[in-house]
Amino acid sequence: MFDLNGKTALVTGASGGIGGAIARALHRQGATVTLSGTRAEALEQLKASLGERTHVVAAQMDDAADIDRLAKEAEAAMGKLDILVNNAGITRDNISMRMKDEEWEKVLQVNLTGTFRLTRAVMRGMMKRRFGRVVSITSVVGVTGNAGQANYAAAKAGLIGMSKSLAQELASRGITVNCVAPGFIATPMTDGLTDEQKKGILARVPADRLGTPDEIAAGVVYLASEEAAYVTGQTLHINGGMAMI
Amino acid sequence: MSDIAERVKKIVVEHLGVEAAQVKEDAKFIDDLGADSLDTVELVMAFEEEFAIEIPDDAAEKIQTVGDAIGFITSNAKS
Repeated sequence: MFDLNGKTALVTGASGGIGGAIARALHRQGATVTLSGTRAEALEQLKASLGERTHVVAAQMDDAADIDRLAKEAEAAMGKLDILVNNAGITRDNISMRMKDEEWEKVLQVNLTGTFRLTRAVMRGMMKRRFGRVVSITSVVGVTGNAGQANYAAAKAGLIGMSKSLAQELASRGITVNCVAPGFIATPMTDGLTDEQKKGILARVPADRLGTPDEIAAGVVYLASEEAAYVTGQTLHINGGMAMI
Repeated sequence: MSDIAERVKKIVVEHLGVEAAQVKEDAKFIDDLGADSLDTVELVMAFEEEFAIEIPDDAAEKIQTVGDAIGFITSNAKS
């Protein structure tokens, strides 16, 4: 099940904890992967550890021309693009009273606008081939909200609405568009939290532990597979029971 | 000229699964030939490929009939 041999995938934000795990999981299932992100060195390291069937195309998700170039180069490197995983995202946390326009705009620009542009850029090939899988990594806070993250939560909620709309537009062409919404996941980002902060977070998680990047990647593999052809416009929540929606 | 018209009509027949007799120059893709909005995007993509041209979005929006497509391609095609 969930065999991805012969399939090609582009993963943005692949230099991060969750993005790296997604790229590895897709690759393990047999897919050829293109790794994208802003940190070229980290991408090259991941490519070296994956070996064959791996390409790197660094890109800035707040730059429209760069996004078009990314789509073109990924398709050229792999010959086609079957699976797009929109994982790239940034945070600029601040309480709303203090949030600057730049903090708001930057997060919307990268997390939402950049994702839309990249998805639009790869749709044409997917439509022609009557096959496509778009999986966007959103967040539990896009559904529940989170104090200090008005910008991030808005962008992540936006991804869900965007995906549902694209799912309706593209369903008849064999293209599914879904989201995966992680809860609190152990990554270099959460390693920086104090024990007390972690305790506070875990009090809200029935599973009583942080999730792992591999547990997010497994959800992405499922949604990217042939087997998930009848699943579209959905959000798969992977959060240890933190929010049940 | 007539060659372009024939090729355009052939693409429309294949793509929309309609009878060749229905594909008249004044036939509207959406109202007369049963295309949805995504079909019209795909038709434009197919024309671009067949005639090796680029049809910009603002021009594509104006191509509503078979005749519109033939007209645009006739004045823009290289071969």
